[in-house]
Amino acid sequence: MPQLVMREAIKKGLEEALQNDPNVLILGEDIGAYGGAYAVTDGFLDKFGPERIKDTPISEATFIGTGIGAASAGLRPIIELMSISFSLVGFDQIVNMAANIRYMSGGQIDVPMVIRAPTGAGVQLAATHSQSFETWLAEVPGLYCVCPSNPKDALGLLRTAIKDNNPVIFAEPALLYGTKGDVPEEYYEIPLGSASVVKKGNDITLVSYGAGMKVIEEVSTILDKKNISSEIIDLRSLSPIDYATIGESVKKTNKLLALDTSRRNGGIMAEVVADVQENFNDWLDSPIIRIGAKDVPWPYNKNLESNAYPDPNEIVDEINNKILNL
Amino acid sequence: MATLKQEKNKKTSKSSKISIEKREMLDIYKNMFLIRQFELACGENYTKGNIRGFLHLYIGQEATAVGSISNLEDEDYIVTHYRDHGHALARGLDVNRSMAELFGKSTGLSKGKGGSMHLFDAGKKFMGGHAIVGGQFPLATGLALACQYKKTGGIVVCYFGDGSTNQGTYHETLNLASVWNLPILFILENNKYGMGSSIDRVRAGGEDFYTGASTYDIPAAQVNGMDVLAVKEATKIAVEKVRQNGGPFYLECKTFRFVGHSLADGQKYRKTDEIKEWEKQDPLIRFPEWLLSAGIASQKDIEKINQEVNLIVKESVDFAESSSEPKNSEVYDDIYK
Repeated sequence: MPQLVMREAIKKGLEEALQNDPNVLILGEDIGAYGGAYAVTDGFLDKFGPERIKDTPISEATFIGTGIGAASAGLRPIIELMSISFSLVGFDQIVNMAANIRYMSGGQIDVPMVIRAPTGAGVQLAATHSQSFETWLAEVPGLYCVCPSNPKDALGLLRTAIKDNNPVIFAEPALLYGTKGDVPEEYYEIPLGSASVVKKGNDITLVSYGAGMKVIEEVSTILDKKNISSEIIDLRSLSPIDYATIGESVKKTNKLLALDTSRRNGGIMAEVVADVQENFNDWLDSPIIRIGAKDVPWPYNKNLESNAYPDPNEIVDEINNKILNL
Repeated sequence: MATLKQEKNKKTSKSSKISIEKREMLDIYKNMFLIRQFELACGENYTKGNIRGFLHLYIGQEATAVGSISNLEDEDYIVTHYRDHGHALARGLDVNRSMAELFGKSTGLSKGKGGSMHLFDAGKKFMGGHAIVGGQFPLATGLALACQYKKTGGIVVCYFGDGSTNQGTYHETLNLASVWNLPILFILENNKYGMGSSIDRVRAGGEDFYTGASTYDIPAAQVNGMDVLAVKEATKIAVEKVRQNGGPFYLECKTFRFVGHSLADGQKYRKTDEIKEWEKQDPLIRFPEWLLSAGIASQKDIEKINQEVNLIVKESVDFAESSSEPKNSEVYDDIYK
């Protein structure tokens, strides 16, 4: 099976869409002549031309809204934000317009649009460039929200997102653009709203998404050494959330740890643990553990940033204290 | 003989021209009167509790919507602000379904989910009614991008108020429309007040806005928004320019709302004298007066239209009142496709 890094997998998905559907356009800051802040669209301007690869002024509200208008007139725009933190500048357009327009018009207007945005901490970009607002956007009805953790999922989810007739937030963990993984050659899609069981296990269910999967995998490796078998679930989709897959796993393992690499307060895992508590309480043998980044603005200093980020060894300690020693 | 025949033809074409003009002029009056009566009925039904939420009436500004929209084609898009009833009716949106939407009924344009500030009719390319001030600007650039990309020949008319010109999206959109040469006619309805804030208290640059468009290399003009024929003529030229050049045009219509910002507005921020002064320019008085004095229409013509319109508006209220409420289960409908 061929291997791609995350950046290449996303690029492949975009390239396919541009080739297959003349209504697909890409809009964003420095996506053309510059090649994209993370080089995802490098070479696209030459290949597809300035009518379809549209460098925009630094006006997030307006180029996001331009995508909404274009989508409502039958195009399928893909918007690239340089950082999901910049979504705040265009938040009105994403929430009040993209998400609400179908409902407010009684179903008359569709907005088939994808908003791609690098997300998350871990690359020393400090408070304004390290946030994970996919957790905010996942709350908004009218939007779908996904966040892949590996190249295979990135391609499969991107294909589905571009074909979908609703606005989709496609959050790309900035930490993972260079992560390599197998990507099947044969065509496949991954439905929105489907979590994936990455590793089977019996003793504890570990749930995360995006960059959090790296942390969870390290936790799982440490637990393996202690002969504790963990089942790993990648949420992949924050809206809708695949509660059934999580519930089925909890029925088997009777224990749950849910991890965000975004701030713990208000993170998407709050929803996950609340659902398990409400609907699968009878199967739980111990308290649920919810992990998140510290509730602070992201610091620039490497040590401080690492300190705010979830740490696998600390997580294992918490599992020991709260679950296994009970 | 030949000369006689020519004379006869000339006469026929002249008289048919007059009748076309007369029909057009009467239509203009009818549309303006429809908006006025519709708005009065809305106000009445707001007081009765049939219409809730925020209600912003277009009373006083009718000449702007009617004069401008009369120049548009079916393939042209319209986006507007929350004071949107006038544009909707001028575009020919169904009167019954518009009123039903305000009543929140299932027969409304948006099945009762949008209300007064969010009127939509995708079939007529009427893309809202937008209630976040300045929120409609980026939508206009997107619609125009689609017209340009698909080469439909259509243009976008984007209505906005003076209040929205202090939003970032206004400046961003003028810039982008100019840089990408997008087919947008920006129509400013300068009624001098953003809610209760008069432009002299919130705007640097004086009382004229159209001069600012040159910052973005956008051709611009100003017209008396109370004079429906002036608006019609100015818009006709502007629309032609946009269609021919592909790029944007900026038209400022100086207008005035005779009523408060919304039905909850006591108008403490302005003097009655100012309102009275503007009411002298009421298009619903001046235009029919001109129709009579110019011999284009008779009192009987006007009265006939008035009766027709009053019936249309009454029927719309009856329709809205007798329509059913949306079912509770519909709360989940229309979120996703």
